[in-house]
Amino acid sequence: MVGLVQQERDPVLQQSKLARFELLVVPHMRAAYNLARWLTRNDHDAEDVVQEAYLRAYRFFDGFHGGDGRTWLLAIVRNTCYTWLQQNRKPSLELEEDMPDPDSGRSSPEALLLRSVDRDLLRQALDDLPVEFREAIVLRELEGLSYKEIGAIVGIPLGTVMSRLARARSRLEKALVGRARSGGAA
Amino acid sequence: MSCEDARMLLDAYVDGELDLVRSIEIEKHVESCKACARVVGNLRTLGSAMRSSGLYYESPASLGPRLDTALQRTGRSEARPRRFGWQLIAVAASLLLAVYFVARLSPGTLHDTSSNLVAQEVLDSHLRSLMPGHLADVQSTDQHTVKPWFNGKLDYSPPVTDFAEQGFPLAGGRLDSVNGRAVAVLVYQRRQHLINVYVWPAPGVGDAAVSDTGRQGYNITHWTRAGMSWWVASDLNSGELGTFVNLVRAGPASVPAAQ
Repeated sequence: MVGLVQQERDPVLQQSKLARFELLVVPHMRAAYNLARWLTRNDHDAEDVVQEAYLRAYRFFDGFHGGDGRTWLLAIVRNTCYTWLQQNRKPSLELEEDMPDPDSGRSSPEALLLRSVDRDLLRQALDDLPVEFREAIVLRELEGLSYKEIGAIVGIPLGTVMSRLARARSRLEKALVGRARSGGAA
Repeated sequence: MSCEDARMLLDAYVDGELDLVRSIEIEKHVESCKACARVVGNLRTLGSAMRSSGLYYESPASLGPRLDTALQRTGRSEARPRRFGWQLIAVAASLLLAVYFVARLSPGTLHDTSSNLVAQEVLDSHLRSLMPGHLADVQSTDQHTVKPWFNGKLDYSPPVTDFAEQGFPLAGGRLDSVNGRAVAVLVYQRRQHLINVYVWPAPGVGDAAVSDTGRQGYNITHWTRAGMSWWVASDLNSGELGTFVNLVRAGPASVPAAQ
Protein backbone atom coordinates (compact mmCIF):
# COMPACT_ATOMS: atom_id res chain seq x y z
CA MET A 1 0.00 0.00 0.00
CA VAL A 2 2.68 2.39 1.05
CA GLY A 3 4.87 1.23 -1.82
CA LEU A 4 2.05 1.75 -4.26
CA VAL A 5 1.36 5.24 -3.00
CA GLN A 6 5.01 6.10 -3.27
CA GLN A 7 5.27 4.72 -6.74
CA GLU A 8 2.23 6.64 -7.91
CA ARG A 9 3.59 9.77 -6.39
CA ASP A 10 7.05 9.24 -7.77
CA PRO A 11 8.20 12.73 -8.79
CA VAL A 12 10.38 11.31 -11.55
CA LEU A 13 7.46 9.51 -13.19
CA GLN A 14 5.28 12.57 -12.80
CA GLN A 15 8.03 14.74 -14.19
CA SER A 16 8.36 12.59 -17.30
CA LYS A 17 4.61 12.55 -17.85
CA LEU A 18 4.57 16.31 -17.49
CA ALA A 19 7.55 16.63 -19.82
CA ARG A 20 5.83 14.49 -22.45
CA PHE A 21 2.65 16.48 -22.01
CA GLU A 22 4.58 19.73 -22.43
CA LEU A 23 6.11 18.39 -25.61
CA LEU A 24 2.98 17.00 -27.28
CA VAL A 25 0.08 19.06 -26.01
CA VAL A 26 1.22 22.37 -24.56
CA PRO A 27 2.40 23.77 -27.95
CA HIS A 28 -1.22 23.80 -29.15
CA MET A 29 -2.33 26.37 -26.61
CA ARG A 30 -2.79 28.97 -29.34
CA ALA A 31 -5.25 26.76 -31.24
CA ALA A 32 -6.98 25.76 -28.01
CA TYR A 33 -7.53 29.36 -27.02
CA ASN A 34 -8.76 30.42 -30.45
CA LEU A 35 -11.34 27.63 -30.53
CA ALA A 36 -12.46 28.25 -26.95
CA ARG A 37 -12.70 31.98 -27.59
CA TRP A 38 -14.91 31.48 -30.65
CA LEU A 39 -17.14 28.96 -28.91
CA THR A 40 -17.58 30.82 -25.62
CA ARG A 41 -17.47 34.27 -27.26
CA ASN A 42 -15.79 35.71 -24.19
CA ASP A 43 -12.11 36.30 -23.28
CA HIS A 44 -12.38 35.40 -19.66
CA ASP A 45 -14.47 32.27 -20.14
CA ALA A 46 -12.18 31.12 -22.92
CA GLU A 47 -9.21 31.21 -20.54
CA ASP A 48 -11.12 29.28 -17.88
CA VAL A 49 -12.25 26.70 -20.42
CA VAL A 50 -8.72 26.26 -21.77
CA GLN A 51 -7.37 25.74 -18.27
CA GLU A 52 -10.10 23.23 -17.48
CA ALA A 53 -9.46 21.47 -20.79
CA TYR A 54 -5.73 21.26 -20.11
CA LEU A 55 -6.33 19.74 -16.70
CA ARG A 56 -8.73 17.23 -18.25
CA ALA A 57 -6.25 16.51 -21.00
CA TYR A 58 -3.54 15.93 -18.45
CA ARG A 59 -5.76 13.52 -16.54
CA PHE A 60 -6.57 11.61 -19.73
CA PHE A 61 -3.03 11.83 -21.04
CA ASP A 62 -2.17 8.25 -20.10
CA GLY A 63 -4.78 7.19 -22.64
CA PHE A 64 -3.18 9.22 -25.41
CA HIS A 65 -1.01 6.90 -27.43
CA GLY A 66 0.65 9.09 -29.99
CA GLY A 67 -1.14 10.61 -32.94
CA ASP A 68 -1.88 14.26 -33.45
CA GLY A 69 -1.69 16.17 -30.17
CA ARG A 70 -3.54 19.09 -31.67
CA THR A 71 -6.61 17.11 -32.77
CA TRP A 72 -6.66 15.27 -29.47
CA LEU A 73 -6.44 18.48 -27.45
CA LEU A 74 -8.99 20.36 -29.59
CA ALA A 75 -11.54 17.56 -29.09
CA ILE A 76 -11.15 18.01 -25.34
CA VAL A 77 -11.33 21.79 -25.60
CA ARG A 78 -14.44 21.46 -27.71
CA ASN A 79 -16.14 19.13 -25.23
CA THR A 80 -15.18 21.37 -22.33
CA CYS A 81 -16.71 24.31 -24.19
CA TYR A 82 -19.95 22.43 -24.71
CA THR A 83 -20.13 21.52 -21.04
CA TRP A 84 -19.53 25.15 -20.24
CA LEU A 85 -22.18 26.30 -22.72
CA GLN A 86 -24.73 23.91 -21.24
CA GLN A 87 -24.03 25.20 -17.76
CA ASN A 88 -23.98 28.85 -18.62
CA ARG A 89 -26.41 29.39 -21.41
CA LYS A 90 -29.93 28.52 -22.26
CA PRO A 91 -29.82 25.38 -24.34
CA SER A 92 -29.83 26.42 -27.95
CA LEU A 93 -32.08 24.75 -30.45
CA GLU A 94 -30.78 21.46 -31.70
CA LEU A 95 -29.44 21.54 -35.18
CA GLU A 96 -31.41 19.44 -37.56
CA GLU A 97 -28.97 18.34 -40.17
CA ASP A 98 -31.51 17.03 -42.64
CA MET A 99 -33.83 19.99 -42.56
CA PRO A 100 -33.22 22.32 -45.42
CA ASP A 101 -32.20 25.75 -44.30
CA PRO A 102 -35.08 28.09 -45.05
CA ASP A 103 -32.66 30.73 -46.23
CA SER A 104 -30.17 28.46 -47.88
CA GLY A 105 -29.69 27.63 -51.50
CA ARG A 106 -27.37 29.17 -53.96
CA SER A 107 -29.76 29.48 -56.85
CA SER A 108 -28.76 32.99 -57.85
CA PRO A 109 -25.53 33.85 -56.16
CA GLU A 110 -24.20 37.31 -56.29
CA ALA A 111 -20.53 37.81 -56.76
CA LEU A 112 -18.80 38.50 -53.48
CA LEU A 113 -15.99 40.97 -53.82
CA LEU A 114 -13.10 40.57 -51.49
CA ARG A 115 -12.51 44.28 -51.22
CA SER A 116 -16.07 44.79 -50.09
CA VAL A 117 -15.79 42.31 -47.24
CA ASP A 118 -15.94 44.20 -44.00
CA ARG A 119 -13.86 42.58 -41.26
CA ASP A 120 -16.08 43.55 -38.37
CA LEU A 121 -19.11 42.38 -40.29
CA LEU A 122 -17.46 39.06 -41.01
CA ARG A 123 -16.51 38.63 -37.36
CA GLN A 124 -20.05 39.46 -36.32
CA ALA A 125 -21.57 37.10 -38.89
CA LEU A 126 -19.35 34.27 -37.67
CA ASP A 127 -20.20 35.08 -34.07
CA ASP A 128 -23.89 34.91 -34.92
CA LEU A 129 -23.71 31.43 -36.43
CA PRO A 130 -25.05 28.49 -34.42
CA VAL A 131 -22.20 27.01 -32.45
CA GLU A 132 -22.04 23.81 -34.57
CA PHE A 133 -21.54 25.87 -37.71
CA ARG A 134 -19.12 28.23 -35.99
CA GLU A 135 -16.84 25.46 -34.82
CA ALA A 136 -16.72 23.89 -38.28
CA ILE A 137 -15.70 27.22 -39.83
CA VAL A 138 -13.13 28.00 -37.14
CA LEU A 139 -11.52 24.57 -37.44
CA ARG A 140 -11.49 24.67 -41.23
CA GLU A 141 -10.71 28.29 -42.10
CA LEU A 142 -8.72 29.50 -39.10
CA GLU A 143 -7.06 26.26 -38.05
CA GLY A 144 -6.75 24.82 -41.56
CA LEU A 145 -7.83 21.32 -40.51
CA SER A 146 -8.98 18.62 -42.93
CA TYR A 147 -12.53 17.24 -42.97
CA LYS A 148 -11.20 14.08 -41.38
CA GLU A 149 -9.62 16.00 -38.49
CA ILE A 150 -12.74 18.11 -38.01
CA GLY A 151 -14.87 14.96 -38.02
CA ALA A 152 -12.64 13.45 -35.35
CA ILE A 153 -12.78 16.54 -33.15
CA VAL A 154 -16.51 17.13 -33.45
CA GLY A 155 -17.44 13.43 -33.62
CA ILE A 156 -19.40 13.53 -36.88
CA PRO A 157 -19.03 11.77 -40.26
CA LEU A 158 -17.23 13.44 -43.16
CA GLY A 159 -20.47 14.08 -45.04
CA THR A 160 -21.81 16.03 -42.09
CA VAL A 161 -18.60 18.06 -41.91
CA MET A 162 -19.09 18.96 -45.55
CA SER A 163 -22.74 19.90 -45.23
CA ARG A 164 -22.16 21.95 -42.08
CA LEU A 165 -19.38 23.88 -43.76
CA ALA A 166 -21.52 24.44 -46.83
CA ARG A 167 -24.44 25.73 -44.82
CA ALA A 168 -22.24 27.85 -42.59
CA ARG A 169 -20.55 29.47 -45.56
CA SER A 170 -23.83 30.06 -47.28
CA ARG A 171 -25.03 31.96 -44.23
CA LEU A 172 -21.85 33.97 -43.97
CA GLU A 173 -22.02 34.84 -47.63
CA LYS A 174 -25.60 36.00 -47.32
CA ALA A 175 -24.76 38.14 -44.32
CA LEU A 176 -21.91 39.79 -46.21
CA VAL A 177 -23.65 40.27 -49.54
CA GLY A 178 -26.89 41.44 -47.95
CA ARG A 179 -25.14 43.89 -45.72
CA ALA A 180 -22.88 45.19 -48.43
CA ARG A 181 -25.88 45.85 -50.64
CA SER A 182 -27.96 47.58 -47.97
CA GLY A 183 -24.86 49.41 -46.75
CA GLY A 184 -24.14 50.57 -50.27
CA ALA A 185 -27.68 51.80 -50.74
CA ALA A 186 -27.78 53.70 -47.49
CA MET B 1 -22.36 16.02 -64.11
CA SER B 2 -25.56 17.88 -63.43
CA CYS B 3 -25.51 21.30 -61.86
CA GLU B 4 -27.37 20.00 -58.83
CA ASP B 5 -24.87 17.22 -58.22
CA ALA B 6 -22.02 19.64 -58.65
CA ARG B 7 -23.44 22.17 -56.18
CA MET B 8 -23.30 19.67 -53.36
CA LEU B 9 -19.62 19.11 -53.91
CA LEU B 10 -18.41 22.64 -54.49
CA ASP B 11 -17.34 23.23 -50.89
CA ALA B 12 -15.37 20.01 -50.82
CA TYR B 13 -13.89 20.93 -54.20
CA VAL B 14 -12.70 24.30 -52.98
CA ASP B 15 -11.40 22.70 -49.78
CA GLY B 16 -9.36 20.20 -51.78
CA GLU B 17 -11.21 17.30 -50.16
CA LEU B 18 -12.39 15.54 -53.35
CA ASP B 19 -10.60 12.66 -54.97
CA LEU B 20 -8.89 13.37 -58.26
CA VAL B 21 -11.63 11.98 -60.52
CA ARG B 22 -14.42 13.96 -58.85
CA SER B 23 -12.25 17.00 -58.70
CA ILE B 24 -11.67 16.93 -62.46
CA GLU B 25 -15.38 16.43 -63.08
CA ILE B 26 -16.20 19.49 -61.03
CA GLU B 27 -13.49 21.48 -62.71
CA LYS B 28 -14.98 20.68 -66.11
CA HIS B 29 -18.46 21.54 -64.95
CA VAL B 30 -17.39 24.84 -63.46
CA GLU B 31 -15.71 25.82 -66.71
CA SER B 32 -19.02 25.59 -68.50
CA CYS B 33 -21.42 26.75 -65.77
CA LYS B 34 -21.41 30.40 -64.84
CA ALA B 35 -23.58 29.99 -61.77
CA CYS B 36 -21.35 27.31 -60.27
CA ALA B 37 -18.28 29.29 -61.23
CA ARG B 38 -19.65 32.19 -59.24
CA VAL B 39 -20.31 29.96 -56.23
CA VAL B 40 -16.73 28.73 -56.40
CA GLY B 41 -15.47 32.29 -56.71
CA ASN B 42 -17.48 33.33 -53.68
CA LEU B 43 -16.24 30.40 -51.64
CA ARG B 44 -12.67 31.31 -52.48
CA THR B 45 -13.26 34.96 -51.69
CA LEU B 46 -14.90 34.09 -48.40
CA GLY B 47 -12.07 31.73 -47.50
CA SER B 48 -9.35 34.25 -48.12
CA ALA B 49 -11.37 36.97 -46.38
CA MET B 50 -11.59 34.78 -43.30
CA ARG B 51 -7.93 33.97 -43.32
CA SER B 52 -6.84 37.56 -43.82
CA SER B 53 -9.22 39.36 -41.48
CA GLY B 54 -7.43 38.81 -38.21
CA LEU B 55 -10.24 36.60 -36.94
CA TYR B 56 -7.77 34.43 -35.05
CA TYR B 57 -7.92 35.15 -31.33
CA GLU B 58 -4.41 35.16 -29.92
CA SER B 59 -4.09 33.80 -26.43
CA PRO B 60 -3.10 36.34 -23.76
CA ALA B 61 0.50 36.21 -22.53
CA SER B 62 -0.67 35.30 -19.05
CA LEU B 63 -2.31 32.06 -20.19
CA GLY B 64 0.91 30.03 -20.55
CA PRO B 65 2.16 30.65 -16.99
CA ARG B 66 -1.35 30.10 -15.69
CA LEU B 67 -1.62 26.69 -17.34
CA ASP B 68 1.88 25.85 -16.18
CA THR B 69 0.97 26.52 -12.57
CA ALA B 70 -2.26 24.58 -12.81
CA LEU B 71 -0.54 21.63 -14.45
CA GLN B 72 2.27 21.57 -11.94
CA ARG B 73 -0.27 21.46 -9.18
CA THR B 74 -2.18 18.65 -10.83
CA GLY B 75 1.05 16.82 -11.62
CA ARG B 76 1.96 16.87 -7.98
CA SER B 77 -1.38 15.66 -6.70
CA GLU B 78 -1.90 13.24 -9.59
CA ALA B 79 -2.54 9.56 -9.37
CA ARG B 80 -4.97 9.34 -6.53
CA PRO B 81 -8.19 7.32 -6.40
CA ARG B 82 -10.83 9.06 -8.46
CA ARG B 83 -13.99 8.32 -6.51
CA PHE B 84 -13.35 11.06 -3.96
CA GLY B 85 -13.74 14.71 -4.69
CA TRP B 86 -10.90 16.57 -6.27
CA GLN B 87 -10.37 18.97 -3.39
CA LEU B 88 -10.45 16.24 -0.76
CA ILE B 89 -7.74 14.43 -2.62
CA ALA B 90 -5.71 17.59 -3.03
CA VAL B 91 -5.87 18.14 0.72
CA ALA B 92 -4.93 14.52 1.42
CA ALA B 93 -2.06 14.76 -1.04
CA SER B 94 -0.74 17.93 0.58
CA LEU B 95 -0.91 16.31 3.99
CA LEU B 96 0.95 13.29 2.70
CA LEU B 97 3.54 15.54 1.15
CA ALA B 98 3.90 17.50 4.37
CA VAL B 99 4.34 14.36 6.45
CA TYR B 100 6.78 13.00 3.91
CA PHE B 101 8.98 16.06 3.91
CA VAL B 102 8.88 16.59 7.64
CA ALA B 103 10.02 13.03 8.12
CA ARG B 104 12.71 13.42 5.50
CA LEU B 105 14.23 16.71 6.50
CA SER B 106 17.48 16.74 8.34
CA PRO B 107 17.10 18.42 11.73
CA GLY B 108 18.66 21.79 12.30
CA THR B 109 17.42 23.55 9.21
CA LEU B 110 14.08 25.13 8.56
CA HIS B 111 12.04 23.51 11.28
CA ASP B 112 8.82 25.10 10.40
CA THR B 113 6.54 22.88 8.30
CA SER B 114 5.13 25.67 6.20
CA SER B 115 8.65 26.82 5.46
CA ASN B 116 9.43 23.31 4.30
CA LEU B 117 6.55 23.33 1.92
CA VAL B 118 7.51 26.71 0.55
CA ALA B 119 11.10 25.50 0.20
CA GLN B 120 9.86 22.53 -1.81
CA GLU B 121 7.72 24.79 -3.98
CA VAL B 122 10.70 27.04 -4.54
CA LEU B 123 12.80 24.05 -5.52
CA ASP B 124 10.07 22.73 -7.84
CA SER B 125 9.82 26.13 -9.43
CA HIS B 126 13.59 26.31 -9.79
CA LEU B 127 13.68 22.90 -11.50
CA ARG B 128 10.80 23.90 -13.76
CA SER B 129 12.63 27.06 -14.72
CA LEU B 130 15.50 24.94 -16.02
CA MET B 131 13.22 23.35 -18.62
CA PRO B 132 13.50 24.95 -22.06
CA GLY B 133 11.56 28.16 -22.43
CA HIS B 134 10.58 28.42 -18.79
CA LEU B 135 13.36 30.50 -17.35
CA ALA B 136 12.29 34.07 -17.97
CA ASP B 137 9.26 35.96 -19.18
CA VAL B 138 11.36 39.06 -19.64
CA GLN B 139 14.94 38.51 -20.68
CA SER B 140 17.12 41.45 -19.95
CA THR B 141 20.28 42.27 -18.12
CA ASP B 142 18.97 45.75 -17.47
CA GLN B 143 17.28 46.25 -14.12
CA HIS B 144 15.41 49.22 -15.59
CA THR B 145 13.79 46.86 -18.09
CA VAL B 146 13.10 44.03 -15.70
CA LYS B 147 11.62 46.09 -12.88
CA PRO B 148 8.96 47.93 -14.93
CA TRP B 149 8.01 44.63 -16.58
CA PHE B 150 6.41 43.57 -13.30
CA ASN B 151 4.22 46.67 -13.17
CA GLY B 152 0.57 45.74 -13.23
CA LYS B 153 1.34 42.04 -13.00
CA LEU B 154 1.75 41.98 -9.23
CA ASP B 155 0.30 43.86 -6.29
CA TYR B 156 3.79 44.90 -5.24
CA SER B 157 6.94 46.12 -6.86
CA PRO B 158 9.88 43.77 -6.42
CA PRO B 159 13.30 45.30 -5.75
CA VAL B 160 15.51 44.63 -8.77
CA THR B 161 19.26 45.19 -8.74
CA ASP B 162 21.89 44.04 -11.19
CA PHE B 163 25.02 42.60 -9.59
CA ALA B 164 26.99 42.24 -12.82
CA GLU B 165 29.95 44.11 -11.41
CA GLN B 166 30.15 41.68 -8.56
CA GLY B 167 30.00 38.72 -10.96
CA PHE B 168 26.30 37.93 -10.70
CA PRO B 169 24.68 39.49 -13.78
CA LEU B 170 20.91 39.82 -13.92
CA ALA B 171 19.48 37.58 -16.66
CA GLY B 172 15.78 38.40 -16.49
CA GLY B 173 12.60 37.95 -14.54
CA ARG B 174 9.38 36.01 -14.60
CA LEU B 175 6.13 35.50 -12.77
CA ASP B 176 5.63 32.32 -10.85
CA SER B 177 3.23 30.95 -8.31
CA VAL B 178 4.61 30.05 -4.91
CA ASN B 179 2.93 29.76 -1.56
CA GLY B 180 -0.45 30.28 -3.16
CA ARG B 181 0.31 33.66 -4.68
CA ALA B 182 1.84 35.19 -7.76
CA VAL B 183 5.42 36.15 -7.04
CA ALA B 184 8.27 37.91 -8.78
CA VAL B 185 11.27 35.79 -9.67
CA LEU B 186 14.57 37.43 -10.59
CA VAL B 187 17.04 35.34 -12.50
CA TYR B 188 20.79 35.82 -12.04
CA GLN B 189 23.69 34.05 -13.59
CA ARG B 190 27.04 32.90 -12.28
CA ARG B 191 29.08 31.23 -14.99
CA GLN B 192 26.86 28.31 -16.09
CA HIS B 193 24.83 28.37 -12.89
CA LEU B 194 21.43 29.97 -12.61
CA ILE B 195 20.14 31.60 -9.49
CA ASN B 196 16.42 32.13 -8.99
CA VAL B 197 15.50 34.80 -6.48
CA TYR B 198 11.91 34.80 -5.21
CA VAL B 199 10.58 37.80 -3.38
CA TRP B 200 7.15 38.67 -2.09
CA PRO B 201 5.69 40.81 0.69
CA ALA B 202 5.24 39.17 4.06
CA PRO B 203 3.43 41.82 6.07
CA GLY B 204 3.51 41.38 9.81
CA VAL B 205 6.27 38.80 9.67
CA GLY B 206 9.31 39.71 11.72
CA ASP B 207 12.80 39.66 10.26
CA ALA B 208 14.29 36.19 10.06
CA ALA B 209 17.96 35.47 9.70
CA VAL B 210 19.36 33.62 6.72
CA SER B 211 18.77 29.89 6.83
CA ASP B 212 20.13 27.40 4.34
CA THR B 213 18.99 23.99 3.32
CA GLY B 214 20.17 21.55 0.71
CA ARG B 215 17.66 19.59 -1.28
CA GLN B 216 18.33 17.16 -4.09
CA GLY B 217 21.68 18.77 -4.71
CA TYR B 218 20.37 22.34 -4.77
CA ASN B 219 20.97 25.06 -2.25
CA ILE B 220 18.00 26.97 -0.96
CA THR B 221 18.35 30.05 1.17
CA HIS B 222 15.62 31.95 2.92
CA TRP B 223 15.31 35.11 4.97
CA THR B 224 12.74 37.74 5.81
CA ARG B 225 13.60 41.38 6.01
CA ALA B 226 11.67 44.62 6.10
CA GLY B 227 8.39 42.87 5.41
CA MET B 228 9.64 40.99 2.36
CA SER B 229 10.12 37.25 2.20
CA TRP B 230 13.12 36.12 0.14
CA TRP B 231 13.99 32.71 -1.24
CA VAL B 232 17.04 31.91 -3.32
CA ALA B 233 17.51 28.62 -5.17
CA SER B 234 20.54 27.52 -7.16
CA ASP B 235 22.93 24.70 -7.90
CA LEU B 236 25.79 27.10 -7.19
CA ASN B 237 28.08 26.04 -4.34
CA SER B 238 27.07 27.35 -0.96
CA GLY B 239 30.17 29.57 -0.62
CA GLU B 240 29.48 31.63 -3.73
CA LEU B 241 25.76 31.55 -3.09
CA GLY B 242 26.48 33.02 0.35
CA THR B 243 28.37 35.86 -1.30
CA PHE B 244 25.43 36.45 -3.59
CA VAL B 245 22.94 36.41 -0.72
CA ASN B 246 24.99 39.00 1.13
CA LEU B 247 24.95 41.21 -1.96
CA VAL B 248 21.20 40.93 -2.27
CA ARG B 249 20.73 41.68 1.40
CA ALA B 250 23.09 44.61 1.40
CA GLY B 251 22.24 46.11 -1.97
CA PRO B 252 19.47 48.55 -2.67
CA ALA B 253 17.42 45.44 -3.29
CA SER B 254 16.95 44.88 0.40
CA VAL B 255 14.82 48.00 0.62
CA PRO B 256 11.35 47.21 -0.70
CA ALA B 257 10.07 49.84 -3.05
CA ALA B 258 6.62 51.17 -2.40
CA GLN B 259 4.13 50.72 -5.20
